[in-house]
Amino acid sequence: MNAIDTLIPHIGVVTDIRQDTPDVKTFRVNAIQPDGTASGKVFEHMPGQCAMLSIPGVGEGMFSITSSPTNNEFMEFSIKKCGCLTSWLHAMEVGQQITIRGPYGNNFPVETELKGKDLLFIAGGIGLAPLRSVINYVRDNRENYGDVQIIYGSRSKDDLVDYQEIINEWEADPNIQVNLTIDREQEGWDGHVGFVPNYVKELNPSLSKTVLICGPPIMIKFTLAGLKELGFTETQVYTTMELRMKCAVGKCGRCNIGDKYVCKDGPVFRFDQLDELPDEY
Amino acid sequence: MLKISVEKIDELFKAIAEKQTLYIPTDREDGASEYKKYEDGMKLSGNLNTLRSAKDFFFPQTENLADFKMEGKKIEVIDIREEAEDFVVFGVRACDARSFTILDKVFLSDPVDSYYKNRRDHGTIVTMACTKPAETCFCQTFGIDPTEPEGDVACWSDGESIFFKANTEKGQAFVDSVSGLLEDGDTTKLDETKAKTKEIMGKLPLANLSTEAFGGDKLMEHFKSEKWAELSESCLGCGTCTFVCPTCQCYDIKDFNTGNGIKRFRCWDSCMYSDFTKMAHGNIRNSQLERFRQRFMHKLVYFPSNNNGEFGCVGCGRCMSKCPISMNIVKVMKALEVK
Repeated sequence: MNAIDTLIPHIGVVTDIRQDTPDVKTFRVNAIQPDGTASGKVFEHMPGQCAMLSIPGVGEGMFSITSSPTNNEFMEFSIKKCGCLTSWLHAMEVGQQITIRGPYGNNFPVETELKGKDLLFIAGGIGLAPLRSVINYVRDNRENYGDVQIIYGSRSKDDLVDYQEIINEWEADPNIQVNLTIDREQEGWDGHVGFVPNYVKELNPSLSKTVLICGPPIMIKFTLAGLKELGFTETQVYTTMELRMKCAVGKCGRCNIGDKYVCKDGPVFRFDQLDELPDEY
Repeated sequence: MLKISVEKIDELFKAIAEKQTLYIPTDREDGASEYKKYEDGMKLSGNLNTLRSAKDFFFPQTENLADFKMEGKKIEVIDIREEAEDFVVFGVRACDARSFTILDKVFLSDPVDSYYKNRRDHGTIVTMACTKPAETCFCQTFGIDPTEPEGDVACWSDGESIFFKANTEKGQAFVDSVSGLLEDGDTTKLDETKAKTKEIMGKLPLANLSTEAFGGDKLMEHFKSEKWAELSESCLGCGTCTFVCPTCQCYDIKDFNTGNGIKRFRCWDSCMYSDFTKMAHGNIRNSQLERFRQRFMHKLVYFPSNNNGEFGCVGCGRCMSKCPISMNIVKVMKALEVK
């Protein structure tokens, strides 16, 4: 019999929990070393790849790995509380062990198609989670990429995920342009107010940029339409998808769309690739 | 060719069952046939069109994947897998035998599903050539010759004798293990039986069903067809077609708290069910039309697209005879092939 099976998970331990927004927490996960201490990563990954996290007895779910592969100390997952499993995850305390398996899926092509390109990241709400891995990977390999611009929006200032990292590190980085926006006026906010799709059009980004976009489906839809109006083509826009998954390796059938399985052929797709698939996502 | 007289079949079964678990199709009171673990005196059914397919022996309806012990904040993963025992499934039809080619493509592709592989490694499939094709049969549509079944060992009956031919190493080992009971036999009458079966095949109502209109290159054309609405209208979403299908392999993974630890198990699931794709934030297939379309598109378009044109159906006809509202893949194919 095969010594290993991907369905049998590893154990990770939650070593830090950060309340990012009222409904998003970022969990730091470490591997358990042979001597019982918690350190390092459970496995290596590439930006955009995912992992199956589980609390046995509750359920298992696919989550994008928020931390960059260049981070060798730990893995991070930004998770929005929206269902049964995520509510249990949100109730965890530091020191809690979870099961983890992966990495699954493809990744943003940071070492191929995106290399040397000007990059524009567009995120809405929790949609920043998968892009944060790419952004920090690009920052740590800055010489391999051209201009980097991040347009990020959420409902309110309190709903911006990773806000401290954004203002302390990304905005402070002279090599990155960061444009934040929130949906409605709010006390203590002197930044831009308005929806992401409109803000993108206002900012009128250079057509030289390759776009990586993630957020609520409605935001992606209108942003993509706006980008096309500006002259962008679908071949220069990437996104990452989220569907229900069980096996994570293209066998259980759950995330099958057309002849693709989002868990193994995705989650990262270029929009011209999505055009060839039924509109079921 | 090596053969055994039909009268001696009980001796053969006994000899096999002494060494490993043997499953044979047996008659049920309601007239259907189903696989049962062989016990002394059990009779082989004359009806090999079993209610459920041989899929169950390799991909059971439920199976335990792993156990977990939870203690405070700690979790212990217990690998419960153990080497399967050797077993024989006797009397598998050619259509069901082909279903393993399809299931293998799913479960044995990288990363290999060790649970399925374990049973494949230890199970010997002994097929039996068809002599009584039913009106619901259309295996020939998918290039299957029911008189020349695949499997580790292929068998043929001419009414008087059962002939054996090993197709694989495992099959040869099986034949060798019972060779004391076998003798050389003349296949003249067998050739007549095969010819007779082929004659029936040619006259079946679905003999001319074609796959020409299907395949990976027809993806959007069929997906966008307006016929799905009418086809799916009466579908109850009961999932019977999925469960009797020898090639359906979608599954769910769930945890069960035994009170003394957690059991993680997988069980058959159906893309026809409303919660199959349901997530906390919504469902990508909200209507039965979408779910109905997914099942048939997968068999006729998506699967061939990923598997060099091989369809995800073997024409066994179970879904035709079991669907409570008489909808089935044949009706779908016939509707979609008309432009």
